[in-house]
Amino acid sequence: MSPRMAKAVINGLLIAAATIAIAPLLYMVSVSFMTQGEASALPPPVLPTHATLANYRELFMNAGMGRYLFNSLLISTCITVVSLAFNLMAGYAFAKLEFKGRARIFQLLLGALVIPAQVAMLPLFLLLKYMGLVNTYGAVIVPALATIFGIFLVRQYASGIPDDLMEAARIDGAGEFRIFATIIMPLLKPIMVTLAIFTFLAAWNDFMWPLIALTGQEHYTLPIALASLSREHVQDSELMMAGSVVTILPVLVLFLALQRYYLEGLLLGSVKG
Amino acid sequence: MNTTRAAWVFITPALIVLGLFFLLPVVAALVLSVTDYDLYALADIRNLRFVALENYWTLLQRPLFWSALGHTVYFVVVGVPLSLGASLGAAMLLNSPLARFKPFFRTALFAPVVTTVVAVAVIWRYLFNTKYGLVNYTLDSIGMPTVDWLGDPHWAMPTIILFAVWKNFGYNMIIFMAGLQAIPGDLYEAARIDGASAWAQFRHITLPMLKPTMVMVGILTVSGYFQLFAEPYVMTEGGPLQSTTSVLYLMYEEGFKWWNLGSASAVAFILFVIMFVVTAAMLRLSKRGEPA
Repeated sequence: MSPRMAKAVINGLLIAAATIAIAPLLYMVSVSFMTQGEASALPPPVLPTHATLANYRELFMNAGMGRYLFNSLLISTCITVVSLAFNLMAGYAFAKLEFKGRARIFQLLLGALVIPAQVAMLPLFLLLKYMGLVNTYGAVIVPALATIFGIFLVRQYASGIPDDLMEAARIDGAGEFRIFATIIMPLLKPIMVTLAIFTFLAAWNDFMWPLIALTGQEHYTLPIALASLSREHVQDSELMMAGSVVTILPVLVLFLALQRYYLEGLLLGSVKG
Repeated sequence: MNTTRAAWVFITPALIVLGLFFLLPVVAALVLSVTDYDLYALADIRNLRFVALENYWTLLQRPLFWSALGHTVYFVVVGVPLSLGASLGAAMLLNSPLARFKPFFRTALFAPVVTTVVAVAVIWRYLFNTKYGLVNYTLDSIGMPTVDWLGDPHWAMPTIILFAVWKNFGYNMIIFMAGLQAIPGDLYEAARIDGASAWAQFRHITLPMLKPTMVMVGILTVSGYFQLFAEPYVMTEGGPLQSTTSVLYLMYEEGFKWWNLGSASAVAFILFVIMFVVTAAMLRLSKRGEPA
């Protein structure tokens, strides 16, 4: 095969693959602007004849989409902010502070990584019910306030910080908390951004646990609301596509803005083998 | 001393969360799985009885459990190789020196990964709609037979597998790209001088050099695919004729629809054991023939 031919084949395949990856998303946007019933026709229309915002209006005025969007933002933000603080502190301590049992506790956490989260879900539901948290935002937020993956990621990154930095500060009489706040935190900034995006996306997209823990509509997150709407409105393709746009757009934009950090984190998190 | 105290202050919040809301429930799940915890026990804990291994025994005799396990295994056995193949193929394309606009293509191919399963499942349900879906329309217009994708028990799982491959391949693609970039260029140079074909280079350089990446990615993907739940929940509700009911779907229905929490915990533990055995076996097999 000539180099020119090879180049055409490779780029042609890339265009085909990218089309398969992106086309459903573009199609979703297009259908979301169609009038009710327009998408259920043959041949399936590619673009709306008269683009309309009616589906979005219906979602926000009558289907409570504003509420679900707010719930998703609130829950994901709370989880991201607090778990970031907890994971950073713990990851730094496991990497840089000497204490008895450090290795053993960390081994235990790593070992627990093999347990799928679903094993804990049934007793967790009972525990939260006992605590009066079922069907509150807390039911979704509280169990997510620390993750083994997050601690592991921060520990990996913090291991690279030279001990001399902390030693020098200690000799100058700085306390451990001041060292953490003024010296360590600025150094951990890249991993903070990475972990924040990971956590936010995971919280936003999470499905099974919120489905279990949020029993009343008023606390539904977008994915739960969308799943419930899609069971009611099986035929309303246009409306459902608009709902999908509202659900996907925020995380897609976030990813596009910060993808460098996201992809770095993905690689950092996968080198534990 | 001061350092030790600070360290404990630093790790305590995270340990409390993980201990109270993950490790404790895991242990409790084991206990729950040997009780008959159900709606009556939920109302009044005094109705709870110890039943030893009865939940497990009953499950192993239920055809629905075996079919759910069968569907899950089908999803893993077909879905994982397809996913990894797509990831590796895309990674090699992107890694080729001949590829143009690499950052654009990388972003485009990765985009499905960050989307919400429920939302994209809704899109796929429409695309694969028997009557009005674009897929059947395209098949029909090129003279191929149309398929009742999500309504035919034989096709529902393959459709879900296609969906999962589309949604997930970008993730491993990024990891494979890093793996490919770590292979020294001289190896390919030397092979070319010896006249090795592109296929021979792939077979004898790329694949062996990627093996550690492949093992890690394979194990993580297998664990992920065993946890099939949201896709059938949204696309098929476990049907048609329960042909897409996965183990976790069964656990969800058993636990949160019928409130048989004891029996549902047993389902969760069986899944955990199966996942553990399968991934451990994969790790073991991959180490065979390697110098210790």
